[in-house]
Amino acid sequence: MITRRDFLIGAAGAAGGIGLATMSRRARATPAAMQDAIRKVTGGAPLRGGRVKLDVPPLIDNGNSVALTVSVESPMTSSDYVKSIHVFTERNPLPNVLSVQLGPRAGRARIATRVRLADSGTVLAVAELSDGSYWTDSAQVVVTLSACLEEALV
Amino acid sequence: MARAVVNVPATVRRGEIIEIKALVQHAMETGFRRTQLGEVIPRDIIRQLVCTYNGAEIFRAELHPAISANPLLAFSTIATESGTIEVTWTGDKGFSVTQSATITVV
Repeated sequence: MITRRDFLIGAAGAAGGIGLATMSRRARATPAAMQDAIRKVTGGAPLRGGRVKLDVPPLIDNGNSVALTVSVESPMTSSDYVKSIHVFTERNPLPNVLSVQLGPRAGRARIATRVRLADSGTVLAVAELSDGSYWTDSAQVVVTLSACLEEALV
Repeated sequence: MARAVVNVPATVRRGEIIEIKALVQHAMETGFRRTQLGEVIPRDIIRQLVCTYNGAEIFRAELHPAISANPLLAFSTIATESGTIEVTWTGDKGFSVTQSATITVV
């Protein structure tokens, strides 16, 4: 015979299980996944702060289109220039956002684009310089309306 | 055929740094969304953007699903000579669009 107490414990467990299943269906990148993605780019080289400036609004109404600008302080001469710029985020389903390759012909190391952000968290930019060093900058953002995971109206 | 725009200043001085803005019409379907019946909508994104200046490559970008629909990318180059700046986008399902802009260097 099932007592009232057993029934309630069982029901609570089942409800918890449903909650967990719903969470896991929404697969998300984690800070660890972002670190892995960064390591793939840098090959484990140390990241230094400064020189890079990541410009992204701190409060985002709509995560579907977020204006993002990365600029790197560099003379952009043939001996000292920015080779590549990479952007990562820790809360999207995939940590990679954008990778660009440029050279001394760019004249100025600055790129601008529009990105999707699924949730509040850290956005991070990494710049690779021609001398093999990596520089970084990050920003904390708060996202009100999430991108990527919403139901499509089709 | 998707519409695309490459915006550069028409006339510039030699050696000036110019901004190139490249915009293309594309849904950038992430592959993480579902229909109301629960089926995953397959990924369909632009993977790559390559920009050439009179045939020489000056900029290359790898795009991921986290880039918004109708991707816009702004970047810069030094105006060295008159000619064409050509941008090619390639992506899933054989997507390939090329758009060019002419620039006059004085």
